[in-house]
Amino acid sequence: MTETTVATIDDKLLTKRLGKAMFRSRLRAFMLVVPVLLFLLLSFVIPILSFLLQGISDDTFSSRMPKTTMVLSEWDAVSEPTEEMYAALVADLKVVRANKTIGKVATRVNRDKPGTRSLFTSTGRKIAKIEPPYKESLPGIKKKWQDIEVWQAMKTASRKYTPGYYAAALDLKLTSDGSIVRQDENRRIHLTLMTRTLQISFLVTIFCLLLGYPIAYLLATLPVRSSNLLLILVLLPFWTSILVRTTAWIAMLQSQGVVNDLLVYFGVTDDGTRYSLIYNKLGTLIAMTHILLPFMILPLYSVMKGIPPSYVRAAKSLGASNWTAFWRVYAPQTIPGIGAGAILVFIVAIGYYITPALVGGQEGTMISNTIDDHMRKSLNWNLAAALGGVLMIVVLFLYWIYDRFVGIDNMKLG
Amino acid sequence: MALPAYAGWGERLWYYTFRFICFLIFVFLISPILIVLPLSFNVEPYFSFTPGMLTGDPDAYSLRWYKDILTNGMANPEATTGWWSDVWNNAQWVRSMRNSFFIGIIATIVATSLGTIAAVGLSRSEMPFKKKIMALLISPMIVPVVITAAGTFSFFSKFGLAYTHTGVILAHAILGIPFVIITVTATLVGFDQSLVQAAYSMGATPIRTFFKVQMPLILPGVISGALFAFVISFDEVVVVIALASVEQRTIPRQMFSGIREQISPTILAVATILVIISIGLLTTLELIRRRGERLRGVTPA
Repeated sequence: MTETTVATIDDKLLTKRLGKAMFRSRLRAFMLVVPVLLFLLLSFVIPILSFLLQGISDDTFSSRMPKTTMVLSEWDAVSEPTEEMYAALVADLKVVRANKTIGKVATRVNRDKPGTRSLFTSTGRKIAKIEPPYKESLPGIKKKWQDIEVWQAMKTASRKYTPGYYAAALDLKLTSDGSIVRQDENRRIHLTLMTRTLQISFLVTIFCLLLGYPIAYLLATLPVRSSNLLLILVLLPFWTSILVRTTAWIAMLQSQGVVNDLLVYFGVTDDGTRYSLIYNKLGTLIAMTHILLPFMILPLYSVMKGIPPSYVRAAKSLGASNWTAFWRVYAPQTIPGIGAGAILVFIVAIGYYITPALVGGQEGTMISNTIDDHMRKSLNWNLAAALGGVLMIVVLFLYWIYDRFVGIDNMKLG
Repeated sequence: MALPAYAGWGERLWYYTFRFICFLIFVFLISPILIVLPLSFNVEPYFSFTPGMLTGDPDAYSLRWYKDILTNGMANPEATTGWWSDVWNNAQWVRSMRNSFFIGIIATIVATSLGTIAAVGLSRSEMPFKKKIMALLISPMIVPVVITAAGTFSFFSKFGLAYTHTGVILAHAILGIPFVIITVTATLVGFDQSLVQAAYSMGATPIRTFFKVQMPLILPGVISGALFAFVISFDEVVVVIALASVEQRTIPRQMFSGIREQISPTILAVATILVIISIGLLTTLELIRRRGERLRGVTPA
């Protein structure tokens, strides 16, 4: 076939002009999302990335102790520390003592070798009067400076980029020669925490499905007038503040609360042996199931509404029993709704903070609460960032699955 | 799903059992919210029903916790002059209520305007990288709030935005944007793009077309998106804990520390007011939905 070129009067290629026009209209459409993209980039994406970066980078030591960091990087971590290394350390210690940041440096090293905090602070108080040769005089102040493990801990602390926090978040330990070993059995707290978070989220998802499925089915099969009325009973909790609902569950479940009162009244238990239903894992499970139930009901309902009732009728007319018609014909068609609801509930549950913090007690707290604790109480932002990074990886993976199987543009609200 | 006349006894039994199960689930959904209402009138400082309340004794009920909302934190609750201005300026709950509305409204305006414009762009067929951009814009809804709070706090404090109203507003606007985008794109799905082309062909500028043709048609989606954004901000507590000082305390923040520190029925009184506000919001949303159905010619149920 011969190529024919379509040309306008002024001899410009029409396809070229069309391409230009298309490009302009694509650009115009793109310009509409530019403001929100910029806004999100500046006040959401960059802040979160820079927070998560703290999980692998840490310049607490290297920025304050530059000379020591330099000599430590050349040291092989096994031979005896030289006079040059001692001199660098003393010079740096004088500086951090003077600008009052020695506490931060001490805390940082202490994290790698517990018990070294006081070594730094008490040495700091005498550092001004120290005389060379430092290799003798520094252990003169504190004998512990001869301990090679202290130097190894400083070498570990001096690395600007370190997998140490991610290792700690996964209950692993970084040794000074760079290998990774598991944390001692009694100090493996984070894996327990992650297992518990996953377990609670999983159970909440299952409970939501068990409670949500019948409700969605009822709403989808009732006449519109009555189903709209009942839908309000689902939407009212959805629109009510989470704090209100958590407070309400405290009133319901506490030992002098409504549920225990009823149980005593009906003789299920005595006044003396009231159940502890809250400030434990059970309380977290009940309150979170209640809060997340609408997230399950709404997608299920919108899928079930689209299933023509004639399919089930056809199955029955072909001789299927009620159960077979439901299980073989109706239920498979609700799987997209189950998937959408379950992933949504799971994603929201895994990062939940408020309810576990208020009604979870000791054994009902989740990973978000621990991240918050590390930031607020132990001020270990790096470990918080590493734990946050682990959480983000799980959440983003689930988000990707949700997008693949449900599609983000199919997300509906109410 | 009415029970047919020929149903056997097994079917009948299951029909009523199923209804009963559903009834119990609805009780689970609604009872905690309803329980708050009577408890907030408790005369005793407890979270539980007193024997007097159960027998209907009027002395067991009081408005003292509602009064406490107004007076808690006041400089001089016994004063005769300037009582209301004292309430307005000093009462803790009133101040958090003012903060909540101020932060909520501005965050809603920011989120709704940015989100609506973006949704209009996203609904155009010629939009490049549509799915990727959508995924990014929805992500604030998915990312755990603790991480958002930590990120915004450490980043905003570099620019002096931590512990300011502006900081909280910006963070809340981000959290509201996904909801605006979802609701507005949902209404734009049924939008006839040829209307825009018709307006252009008659010489209307893009801005005039947007406000005169597109906006009136997608308004229900914009309003419900704005309501969502407002509720998100009004209910948000994790970001406020990180980013706000006492000056920016909102109602949920005040409730959060109330539950943790000194649990008093004042919280239940506030909760009751919030339930009434959410009923109001729900009614507004339902009215918008019915109006939309009427306009589109669907017979309202």
